[in-house]
Amino acid sequence: MTVFIIRRILQSLAVVMVMSFIVFGGVNIVGDPVEMMVSDEATQEEREKVIRSMGLDKPWYVQYGRFVAGALEGNLGKSFVYGEPALEIIVHRIPATFELALAALLLAIVIGIPLGVYAGLKPDTVASKSIMAGSILGFSLPTFWVGLMFIMVFAVILGWLPSTGRGDTVPLLGIDVSFLTLDGLAHLFLPALNLALFKISLVIRLARAGTREVVHQDYIKFARAKGLRNSRIVLVHLMKNIMIPVVTVLGLEFGGLIAFSVVTETVFAWPGMGKLIIDSIQSLDRPVIVAYLMIIVLIFVIINLVVDVLYSILDPRVRLSEMKS
Amino acid sequence: MSDAAAPPAPADAGKVETPFRRFCRDYADSRIATAALAVLVAIILLALFAPWVAPTDPYDLASVSILDGKLKPGSQSMDGLTYWLGTDGAGRDLVSAIIYGLRISLGVGVMSGVFALCIGTAVGLAAAYFGGRVDAFIMRVVDIQLSFPAILIALILLAILGKGVDKITIALVIAQWAYYARTVRGSALVERNKEYIEAAQCLALGHNRIVFRHLFPNCLPPLIVVGTIQTAHAISLEATLSFLGVGLPISEPSLGLLISNGFDFMLSGLYWISFFPGVALLVTIVAINLVGDQLRDVLNPRLQK
Amino acid sequence: MNNGAPTLQVDNLETHFFTKDGVAKAVDGVSFSVNRGEIMGLVGESGSGKSVTGFSILGLVDPPGRVVGGRVLFQGTDLLTLDPEGLRQLRGNRIAMIFQDPMMTLNPVLRVDTQMIETVRAHDASVSEDAARARARDALGQVGIPSPDERLKAYPHQFSGGMRQRVAIAIALLNKPDLIIADEPTTALDVTIQGQILYEAQKLCRETGTALIWITHDLAVIAGLADQISVMYAGRIVEQGMLDEVLDRPAHPYTRGLLGSVPGHNTRGKRLYQIPGMTPSLLNLPRGCAFKDRCPHGDGACDVAPEITNPLPGRALRCAHPQLDAGGRAP
Repeated sequence: MTVFIIRRILQSLAVVMVMSFIVFGGVNIVGDPVEMMVSDEATQEEREKVIRSMGLDKPWYVQYGRFVAGALEGNLGKSFVYGEPALEIIVHRIPATFELALAALLLAIVIGIPLGVYAGLKPDTVASKSIMAGSILGFSLPTFWVGLMFIMVFAVILGWLPSTGRGDTVPLLGIDVSFLTLDGLAHLFLPALNLALFKISLVIRLARAGTREVVHQDYIKFARAKGLRNSRIVLVHLMKNIMIPVVTVLGLEFGGLIAFSVVTETVFAWPGMGKLIIDSIQSLDRPVIVAYLMIIVLIFVIINLVVDVLYSILDPRVRLSEMKS
Repeated sequence: MSDAAAPPAPADAGKVETPFRRFCRDYADSRIATAALAVLVAIILLALFAPWVAPTDPYDLASVSILDGKLKPGSQSMDGLTYWLGTDGAGRDLVSAIIYGLRISLGVGVMSGVFALCIGTAVGLAAAYFGGRVDAFIMRVVDIQLSFPAILIALILLAILGKGVDKITIALVIAQWAYYARTVRGSALVERNKEYIEAAQCLALGHNRIVFRHLFPNCLPPLIVVGTIQTAHAISLEATLSFLGVGLPISEPSLGLLISNGFDFMLSGLYWISFFPGVALLVTIVAINLVGDQLRDVLNPRLQK
Repeated sequence: MNNGAPTLQVDNLETHFFTKDGVAKAVDGVSFSVNRGEIMGLVGESGSGKSVTGFSILGLVDPPGRVVGGRVLFQGTDLLTLDPEGLRQLRGNRIAMIFQDPMMTLNPVLRVDTQMIETVRAHDASVSEDAARARARDALGQVGIPSPDERLKAYPHQFSGGMRQRVAIAIALLNKPDLIIADEPTTALDVTIQGQILYEAQKLCRETGTALIWITHDLAVIAGLADQISVMYAGRIVEQGMLDEVLDRPAHPYTRGLLGSVPGHNTRGKRLYQIPGMTPSLLNLPRGCAFKDRCPHGDGACDVAPEITNPLPGRALRCAHPQLDAGGRAP
């Protein structure tokens, strides 16, 4: 088990290294940082001053070394727009994004699993066919447009829910959260549902496929032969088996939620890191862009790592074979 | 007792069933998929012939009047033209704007799909054919890339590259090639391990000949399916990125940009400016996905009797 | 307990599978009865409907299959007309079942204790968790699993195939059932383990009065175990009687074929008999007797489905040409 985790950690570190190289190379070599920094009317001297001050006259490996050294100290430069350290700005925005993504994940599970299991248990009913048709639609609907429609229907026409911002927040363990206030919950619901839509469809499909496979297993028939109640067979014997693939995929998809929160946050003006990156790209705030990219890579690598470990804990068979190897 | 069973009589003995005819018949089994194909063909024709089928040229400044701005669906213009879907903030006919927008959205989606397909196929075939370290290296890169969502990769690239049709096409190609590479490698590997490839190698046939005459044709069915679905993704992704303001510039008004333009008006109740371009986008994507699903069912050899 | 009445009486059971290609009569008019403490062997090739018979009794036939006729009287109650809840209360409690493949019958992601305790508590919620655990431990000990306390906390994949089947048998024994249906429980196991399990099954029935239906394709297994035997072919019981009598004087050509293909001490050096042809598809059975195309005695008389006759005392037979000469092992 320990060997397994150490191996996974080393692999993750390698990915972070490679990605830092790509981000650095992309921003500093492919894109011209001077172009981003200096106005079109700047004189040659002004340009050269900027180049020297940014160390851009040094060879690329020196520049990369400085970049890595800075990154390890948590120093990725100051934001041009906010005048504060880029990393700090992003870190402040992380809780809002995570709250949104977690709420979406929760909705995906709470809505997706029951629908998917039902569709798997009774595949021929009209309700099941509607669920599956709905999930195809959920895959095809562009997230941002659905978000707009949510705002139009629930905020503009019906006036039930607010359309922008986080609402009232209260600190929880030093982090501001929305879900503990009624106003915050009202603000959270639409964006979270919007973000969850795609994942709900995914969970429905996974849960249905898993259910279809598991119900035909001998151990389900044996559970029936033991005289267990249907509720116990479905909730314990079936669920525990289908949860393994669902949890794995959902864990991996948590990264996708964070990536897609860029869209939802922009639509609903949710003050998370996704909205920040879009604003920063518009205003060419290079340090914030670099810091965002590094943070998001790190988040992804950590998510993949956690999912791998979690998977091995959930499935005793994997755990055993990994222990042996 | 006679064991000689009569040979099964062919259903229609006159016609020879070509693979293509069989394919068409299998495809037509699903009415929904057939309807989706018809819709898709109509959309493609609309996009191709936009200048001839659109009621007005929405980007001809002479014919667009700001006085016609924000008209409701079904309103009449000053010169008696009906705006079936209304007009946007600048007084452009939405029907025309959507048809022109489809042209751009489909263009970018298909173009990036074709490039990604070519690159992914070449890389995937190389991985399968050469195997060993080449394969291991390529697949590691593919795996790592696939662990990041396509939208994130496109966003990273556009943050570096900036806006533009060429830039977003590059971003979409890089975000998608790995899906094709994985698909092609998978089906090519199955074929690669068959004995006739070994025989061809013994005959010292050139790499190119073996790869393109033998491996590639076997990858086509899954490639067609993945290509269809990925093109839908590309269109959706382009719309999303353009909506976010990091994709296409204002001068190339794709469906995503049209929706984005309407966003500001929506809070004041002018729903149609965002709504109808979105419906057009949705119909396009759903049609492509349905066609793709049916292609998968028809082309999947495991499902064939 | 049940003065003389059989524990299980099956009358004219019919289970059909409604497939796209037609109706398969997997069980077609099967009747038998099993008394308290008695062991019945249900023998047939794969596809003969013997497993479906077992599932039909417990109401565990999955679509497209359906029990379409007959009666299944368990201690006087017709299980086919019982409501689902009533049937559930009998399953795993008064009637237990053991499946063929021990690798598949235990849920891979639940610990053995979970799977045992739930079986107790599903039928008697008043049993405490601890009491149920104690019963589970005793049952594991009863089937010969060493250090049952530790093994309770293990997952199924930590057991060998033979041990898993013992766990499955222990689960079947948990609620001291009156009837056990064992569907080829030893087929997937080593011969030595098979022997132990057979011995223990027999002992159990003698001691507790549990009736046992042992489904198998292997006559050799039945020979050392059962009291009576029913031979199934293509959804029907073709011969039925007391074990020794049937083995000594098989009257149906199919039973004779089966016996002839078992190697024994007096077949050494001789060619083993082989029943010609293949098991017919249930969707496309020959008219009349399903065995006639493979039967050395098949003729025009077999074009009419044979009725049940009693050519010998205590013997039921479906054949137009009963073979009544003694001993004849090979036709």
